[in-house]
Amino acid sequence: MSLIQLLEPDNAILTRRDRILTDLIRIAGKDAVIADEDGRRAFETDALTSYRRMPLAVVLPRTTEAVAAVLRYCNQSGLKVIARGAGTSLCGGALPYEDAIVVGVSKMNKVLEIDPAGRTARVETGITNVAITAAVAPQGYFYAPDPSSQLACTLAGNLGMNSGGAHCLKYGVTTNNVLGVRMVLMTGEVVDIGGPWVDAAGYDLLSLVIGSEGQMGIITEATVRIIKAAEGARPMMLGFQSSEAAGNCVAAIIASGIIPVAIEFMDRPAIEVCEAFAHAGYPLDVEALLIIEVEGSEVEISERLEQMLEIAKPFRPATHTISASAEQSARIWKGRKSAFGALGRISDYYCMDGTIPLGRLSEVLTAISHICSSHGLKVANIFHAGDGNLHPLIMFDANDPSSEQRAEKAGAEILSLCVDVGGCLTGEHGVGIEKRDLMTKQFDQTDLDVQMRIKTVFDPGWLLNPGKVFPLEAAARAQAAAQTGFGNPGHIAAHSDAA
Amino acid sequence: MDTVVETFRPAVEWELQGLIRRLNENGTPAEIVGGGSKRAVGRPSQAPVRIETGSLSGITLYEPTELVLSARAGTPLAQIETTLAERGQMLAFEAMDLGPATGGHGGSQTLGGVIATNISGARRIAMGAARDHLLGVRAINGRGEIFKSGGRVLKNVTGYDVARALAGSWGTLAVLSEVTVKVLPKPKETETLIYAGLSDEIATELMCASLSTPYEVTGTAHLTAGLTVRLEQPTLAREAAPLTAIRLENFASSIAYRAPRLIEALKVYGTPIRLGTEASLQLWSELRRLSVMTPTPGEAPTQLWRLSTAPGVAASLVGQIRRNMQLEALYDASGGIIWLEVMASADGGAADIRRLLASYGGHATLVRASPDVRASVEVFQPMTGSIERLSRGLKDAFDPARILNPGRMYAGI
Repeated sequence: MSLIQLLEPDNAILTRRDRILTDLIRIAGKDAVIADEDGRRAFETDALTSYRRMPLAVVLPRTTEAVAAVLRYCNQSGLKVIARGAGTSLCGGALPYEDAIVVGVSKMNKVLEIDPAGRTARVETGITNVAITAAVAPQGYFYAPDPSSQLACTLAGNLGMNSGGAHCLKYGVTTNNVLGVRMVLMTGEVVDIGGPWVDAAGYDLLSLVIGSEGQMGIITEATVRIIKAAEGARPMMLGFQSSEAAGNCVAAIIASGIIPVAIEFMDRPAIEVCEAFAHAGYPLDVEALLIIEVEGSEVEISERLEQMLEIAKPFRPATHTISASAEQSARIWKGRKSAFGALGRISDYYCMDGTIPLGRLSEVLTAISHICSSHGLKVANIFHAGDGNLHPLIMFDANDPSSEQRAEKAGAEILSLCVDVGGCLTGEHGVGIEKRDLMTKQFDQTDLDVQMRIKTVFDPGWLLNPGKVFPLEAAARAQAAAQTGFGNPGHIAAHSDAA
Repeated sequence: MDTVVETFRPAVEWELQGLIRRLNENGTPAEIVGGGSKRAVGRPSQAPVRIETGSLSGITLYEPTELVLSARAGTPLAQIETTLAERGQMLAFEAMDLGPATGGHGGSQTLGGVIATNISGARRIAMGAARDHLLGVRAINGRGEIFKSGGRVLKNVTGYDVARALAGSWGTLAVLSEVTVKVLPKPKETETLIYAGLSDEIATELMCASLSTPYEVTGTAHLTAGLTVRLEQPTLAREAAPLTAIRLENFASSIAYRAPRLIEALKVYGTPIRLGTEASLQLWSELRRLSVMTPTPGEAPTQLWRLSTAPGVAASLVGQIRRNMQLEALYDASGGIIWLEVMASADGGAADIRRLLASYGGHATLVRASPDVRASVEVFQPMTGSIERLSRGLKDAFDPARILNPGRMYAGI
């Protein structure tokens, strides 16, 4: 794809490449620096694979001190730094540039401390999401956020994007499950924010850092909440002849006072693809499928599922299946969680991530269908219905540049629609490069200025993950303002006059 | 303290914006007041202008099936809770009311004030604090700019999470004009298990153990004996011993299933008194108002601290502090939050408390003390190094002329 403009490399830096490599090896050690082309190739893109840029070098430090030394050097040398976890970003959040240094935390993946009584775990952030749960599962705990990429994605990336998952309706997203971080600023300073207690002192810096897409610092350690697992959990599948009926059923369940741990929605194309892949037992003759999971004891689960079946009746579900075994439950979830991979077997696709108010579901799905067909494309819809987080998967042919560009256009139109109905551009994937130029759709200039001034506080040189999140012109203006120093009272007077 | 010469009550957002622009141009500091329940918390204000948000009032959006509510910042919390209760819903973070315990009125909180101070209650240990339920804001910063952050949907990572960062900033970065929060179903029934006579160490162990069961405990509290006798429920006050409370909230059938299993899991701690829904609601309402720590006229003056530390070391920390001063303690969040009532002294015990806390980790806020004490010691946990530099940088970014609640949290911020 070529619609999104990427930052042009600085030739002065490219010509210094040999010197920079020598310096990085001296600072971080030879085994931590990847300089050869084959080695760097693995880092040229993330899960938004249409965009690729070969980084100048890749550094994979093993300690916070090493990260600090590398950042201090890059800051002094004016080098851009791209923080990287596992590179599973769907929005180009980890995309490097030719003149940038990738600093990856993948070698920092240890569990440092587990406090079962205090219900916290302190880990290095290169650990994969699922490995945190694996480490605390023997004691009956789990780490709640569960993005679909959880087998591969790192906590570092989850922190960068404030990742969610299917079960966040009940347990919240990353920002609700992290108590403290150790972060390296671009200057090389190491800051500890929060800790194994319920909140941090002073301003809520954690809120700013989590979801800042690697633009404020590199987080090397985190203290996360761990939760005792429920006695059991079981999903139920309800099939409907229209997405409207499914959406209304979700609203009725929530209005009744039940908050299931997850409510997932799939439309007919998505059901077909997932069923063909996972043989999960999904009904193939319905327009919409809800997977609703509840937790508790066997008695409680049965009671709650029965209660929801009763609530669903007025919406005339065409099929209903209550999982009868752990094995069946696993199959049902496997179908949902492998949706992206399953679709990838039959087509290239572009995964969107807007959120909408649930009440607008039916009209939005109809409009998505119209948008895609107007571009000659097919779409499958999968989403977290409890919280209105849509994942339309727009299918295209990567060998046909026109098809790819049409998919990107359709995607932008869908996200604009999400904003128009009162929702947002991204529910859990992040902005990255992908939605950067759509930010002006959701935010006015002042909204963006407020955010970009915060960026400047943490990274005055704008060297961390540049060219992402904010439209390029807006970011350029903010950088210029940063150089004049927005905190200078003389500058403020001028600003007020202009206002 | 009352140096206020002029009070403004803007009724619409643009009026508030115009006011702040003028203050910014003139460099005139202002105290920001919602319902005023926490006016006596923080470093004393010297501002010549007071901005009250009470006229920015009204619920602007409520969609029970989408679990979302928006209201103008000055909307009374009580009005919001009543509206939600009519649809069987609530603000799950159970905001405490510091009014009575800090010499102000009870029941006067506004939604904006609750969010700006991130004030939460016992349920935060299970469901998160106010900031965890915040979806979006509209606000005016010290530059007089109206901005928005977040939105009205439950999942949103579009841009930086500025809204959440305003929670707990005590009006020093921006004045909220409208707030959108996630709401949740109100539990149908409540049961509380009361364990009597446990030491602080055993009680925190019990509270942690209860939260490490799969039964979804939604609140834990431990009161030292001196606080128990001040409880409004005579049957509990008569225990005259330390009390530890463990709360279950759920459908009646779930409580019927879970309570006996929880008691079994905790049997080494003894046999609890079981409180049904009505008595439970009364107890947790008392704790929410911090009524056991409300100063009694005629008795020796006391000061009130809020400490936050790791639950596992809470009792040990309090034990160390007790060697230095007479105190009563209310442990919330399984010991993660400790409310300490200490005999009044010139520095509120700040030097001892912060020295001891430093070796355990965490932070301490002097919540109640006379204005001269609050003016002379750090009320909020002192900042150092990079954190202080970043915090001052944020103040510059939002409020460069330092007109919004200047010095409320920290000198120069």
